[in-house]
Amino acid sequence: MSSQNAPLLEMKQISKDFFGNQVLSDINLTLNEGEVIGLVGENGAGKSTLMRILFGSTMIHETGGYGGHVIINGEEVSFNSPFDAIGAGIGMVHQEFSLIPGFTTTENILLNREPVKKNVASDIFGDRLDTLNRAEMDDRASKAIELMGVDIDKKMVISNMPVGHKQFTEIARELSKEQLRILILDEPTAVLTEKEAEALLESIRGMAKRGIAIIFITHRLQEILAVCNRVVVMRDGVVVKDTPAEETDVQQITKWMVGREVSGGSGASVRSHEDAKDILSIEKLWVDMPGETVRNVNLTVKEGEILGIGGLAGQGKLGIPNGIMGLYQAGGRVVFEGNEIPLNEPRKCLDSSFAFVSEDRRGVGLLLDESLEWNIAFPSMQIQNKYLKNYLGGLVKWRDEKAIREITEKYIDELAIRCTSSKQKARELSGGNQQKVCLAKAFALSPRLLFVSEPTRGIDVGAKALVLEALRRFNRENGVTIVMVSSELEELRQSCDRIAIVSGGRIAGILPANASVEDLGALMLSQVK
Amino acid sequence: MEKEKSWFGKLVENYGLPRLIITLFLLLLLVLCPFVGADLPTQISNIIARFSWNGILVLAMVPMVHSGCGLNFGLPLGIISGLLGATLSIELGFTGPVSFLAAIVIATPFALVFGTGYGWLLNRIKGGEMMIATYVGFSSVSMMCMMWLILPYHSPNMVWGLSGKGLRTTITLEGYYNQVLANFLRIRIGKLVIPTGTLLFFALLALCIWAFLHTKTGTAMTAVGSNPVFARAAGINVDKIRLLSVVMSTWLAAIGILVYEQGFGFIQLYMAPFYMALPAVSAILIGGATVNKATILNVISGTILFQGIVTMTPTVMNNIIHTDMSEVIRIIASNGMILYALTRKTEGTK
Repeated sequence: MSSQNAPLLEMKQISKDFFGNQVLSDINLTLNEGEVIGLVGENGAGKSTLMRILFGSTMIHETGGYGGHVIINGEEVSFNSPFDAIGAGIGMVHQEFSLIPGFTTTENILLNREPVKKNVASDIFGDRLDTLNRAEMDDRASKAIELMGVDIDKKMVISNMPVGHKQFTEIARELSKEQLRILILDEPTAVLTEKEAEALLESIRGMAKRGIAIIFITHRLQEILAVCNRVVVMRDGVVVKDTPAEETDVQQITKWMVGREVSGGSGASVRSHEDAKDILSIEKLWVDMPGETVRNVNLTVKEGEILGIGGLAGQGKLGIPNGIMGLYQAGGRVVFEGNEIPLNEPRKCLDSSFAFVSEDRRGVGLLLDESLEWNIAFPSMQIQNKYLKNYLGGLVKWRDEKAIREITEKYIDELAIRCTSSKQKARELSGGNQQKVCLAKAFALSPRLLFVSEPTRGIDVGAKALVLEALRRFNRENGVTIVMVSSELEELRQSCDRIAIVSGGRIAGILPANASVEDLGALMLSQVK
Repeated sequence: MEKEKSWFGKLVENYGLPRLIITLFLLLLLVLCPFVGADLPTQISNIIARFSWNGILVLAMVPMVHSGCGLNFGLPLGIISGLLGATLSIELGFTGPVSFLAAIVIATPFALVFGTGYGWLLNRIKGGEMMIATYVGFSSVSMMCMMWLILPYHSPNMVWGLSGKGLRTTITLEGYYNQVLANFLRIRIGKLVIPTGTLLFFALLALCIWAFLHTKTGTAMTAVGSNPVFARAAGINVDKIRLLSVVMSTWLAAIGILVYEQGFGFIQLYMAPFYMALPAVSAILIGGATVNKATILNVISGTILFQGIVTMTPTVMNNIIHTDMSEVIRIIASNGMILYALTRKTEGTK
């Protein structure tokens, strides 16, 4: 390590906001030649955004650029596109593969940078008709693979490969670029088996020895400790800790990641429902929700409690309510108050007086082009025949506009929904107010059990507090059992009585909401696959 | 704070600039009429008559638009049900006003069966409804071209004179239900003629659709069109609602063609249904509807504007240039309107 020289990469006072929503502020990061830093943080902490800035993602420019300076080798740079970043020696391996399935390893590694030979046609018609120099391609691919220190077949077609080898091919492609000096690895081990991951770590060490600086993003903290020189922990858009790896341990990193020291407010209102009867029991639930697969969940919900479900993104916590409500293919046994609820039939759940506030507010939660009245009254009208006038002995069920307006105005007052009138279109409201409409819609169903998924995602702090308060009040005053799924541990700790942590599609454990952040964090990472 | 808009700005915003231009153009044509020597009351009677013929065919677009199936390019399928009703009613020997009722009664089961099959098909290809619908329309027309020849019709009023079998391309309704609705309470003020009965019949069906959209099922239909995932999460059987809307559209098209025939005076077979869908689609689009929002008001204003332009343009132009080009101009004007309307199709989608 050559820390006395100028660092290879310096990021100074980086800040970024998306339309006024601050996601990064005052980030300082340095990276020296041959150094490996581990970048960790919860989902939404700002890791990806920071890497996008470094890699010149066009998305950053389209949303108004960033503040601060990126300095490479003592020179300030500003990338307009990933091509500029690649030219400056930055390589990035994304979570999703970008490989051509029908091509071989070698072809993928050298795509569009193939060494070529002249031939008759290209002499006449230009370089575009040059022949590929296969021998040299093999040579260069071999070198890149060797550099990685892992053995993969360079003649194999990508579609025939195990995922691990695809990942290595991606890395080899970056390594084959001669100018490469900084390599960003975004959760490269997420799809690898233990043995492959070990090989990857080994190759990271090897690459570092050859002088390539590496930024390693992962949720597996042991890996960070195993290969990194330094650990950089991000939370809520700031770097909270930048420390040498040998001076810390998993426990400590977890604590930095998930939050402040145990704050006063949370846990204070935790109630015990041990004596209450089981209102809902879930056995062997699996849900095929893309990106949020639930493998085997067993869970019991007590009457009258607020149960939180937490966990990292992609571990399956969102799949649980979506599966039970029949929005994604699911299997297993769900028993509500002694009656088994058939899965994959949304209507049956709703008839059993469940309600669901979806995490996908705009996609599932709202009729964006209709009025608030429709949004709030629609499910109750369809499921419970509320707000209807019957004519001709029930043959004609006429919409009761007056009742609909009354109920809407009641909720507009109660939840302080900011709108011009109850006739305003849902699309025109802000995120926080849209969320309140979603809550009102669920409240209007007068459910016995309410699933709330990511209730505060993408809304501002003020609205957040209001939404959580509304949920708590609904639980306390109406005795409605609430199951609340959220990525924000702090929010769960403030609102819930118990918190179940999902990891790897299973319940990793259930703790009272006043349990320590470290314990909850440890559960989160326990079965990450 | 948003700046206060002028009354004109508000008008443009609420009414839409293209629709405003078309309206002004139609008014211009009406104003020009007396100056170029065309007779204004006759022209206005013409527009009203054509509105009364076409109104229900345009109304048939509404249910499918509401349920998110898009514009019903498969209108010919419903029209064929209507034609089957019409020809069978004559074949079975009904005459006078009764033949109109009989035609409706006979057309209904055909519309229900065809509509169900068509709806079932559309439920399988969600997202590509309008393309498939177009071809359902085309192929059903071609299929019936063969059937009109093969089916064992015998009524001498309908079959080819020489061979004694196979239906003629155009069948007169004289003695059957020609003008049967239009003559009901018909108003004549000089040259101005208003087919009150036909307008009332349109109003009745329009009222039914309006009322339906205010019921529980109608509300569900609109929600399905607005956001099918939302509707599903609220426990609605999305496919069932879509099927219902397709059947309604098909039935309305069947009734629509019967009303059209009673005004026009002839049954047109073979390729005629082929050309019925696009004008209806265009009319509702010009009326301000979008692919997933349409109101009865869109239907009424769109039909008046479309039929107005299509009837007025050739007359006025003819009188200006003094050559009989009415057919050419009519084709240019009507296809131009269709083209314009279809470019509007993507507006207002999600």
